[in-house]
Amino acid sequence: MAMDARNPGEKLLGIRLETPDSGKVQEYLGLAAKPSFTMDDLDADVAVVEVFSMYCPHCQREAPSINRFYDLLVKRKNPGTSIKLIGIGVGNSQFEVDYFRKTYDVPFPLFADGDFVVHRALGEVRTPYFIVLAREEDRSWRVVMSRPGGIESPEAFLTTIVELTKGEN
Amino acid sequence: MKNIRLYLVLLLMMVPASGYSLSSAFEGSVYDPGSLKPRDSVLKVKVGDPVPDFHLQAIDGSQVGPGQFRGEKNLVISFIPAAWTPVCSDQWPGYNIARPLFEGFDAVLLGISVDSLATLFSWTRAMNDLWFPVASDFWPHGAVADSFGVLRSDGTAERAIIIVDKQGIIRFIHVSDINIRPELGMIINALGAIE
Repeated sequence: MAMDARNPGEKLLGIRLETPDSGKVQEYLGLAAKPSFTMDDLDADVAVVEVFSMYCPHCQREAPSINRFYDLLVKRKNPGTSIKLIGIGVGNSQFEVDYFRKTYDVPFPLFADGDFVVHRALGEVRTPYFIVLAREEDRSWRVVMSRPGGIESPEAFLTTIVELTKGEN
Repeated sequence: MKNIRLYLVLLLMMVPASGYSLSSAFEGSVYDPGSLKPRDSVLKVKVGDPVPDFHLQAIDGSQVGPGQFRGEKNLVISFIPAAWTPVCSDQWPGYNIARPLFEGFDAVLLGISVDSLATLFSWTRAMNDLWFPVASDFWPHGAVADSFGVLRSDGTAERAIIIVDKQGIIRFIHVSDINIRPELGMIINALGAIE
């Protein structure tokens, strides 16, 4: 049963993820809840979600570019809005996500979605896929960008996101 | 609002899993047969048996079979059901980056499909090529798969992992639900148990 990708303007509700063990990751995401949290708990004005799979050739090729995009996010000066990046390894076990992280030295948080629950919530999109979320007043998330494929230029991707989310804080 | 969210989460959990997340590398190129009967064959081998001998042609033109690894390498045989289908297209590309894991246990990987060499050649090119040999069990159709008892009644193979040690003895067999990719950690743990 294929589902449709989330479109801009839609709300993203009820996505629950396991709280990572790493204190550094918990700090980055601003998490206190254990053993799990909902996306609403993320400490950010804007969230960028990369939907990937260890088994996806494009995701493998794109990994260094996504790492550079994360570096750009971390090094932003006078950012105004806080933008955080996470990856969801759809259909991937924790072992597979950890191996992808190690292989490509991924510095941002990756989550395993071995049972495809998050994948279904995101609309069973192909990988890689990017969803950019902005805060609603009730702290839920609204989709502001939803696009398949890679990001090509990390700089251009960041510029697009900043333009799309101006004033989202 | 909390009740609505809980309802949505429960609703999503009740939707059957697709079993794969197809890469855009195969956009518009795969044939989706839908959900299939999980298993459709009866194993003819068991752990502890000598591996059935065979020689198959690989897409690089070489002949491959378990005998060439005897005394030198552990062998992981990956049977997949059919090229250009969703779950199969979402399996071997992952093994492409897992080479150090296999080599860490002195193991080689051998992919086998009942598809023709030509089909396997074009399909694996879409995966950025693969580091391990991929062999065709096309003719006599599925004879090698049948020797292991993993040939299905429709002529495709099961999605199966067979691990053979350096002495040529089968040490691990896992026949998946054909709709689901075997988990990599399980394969690597099984290799670790051999040493």
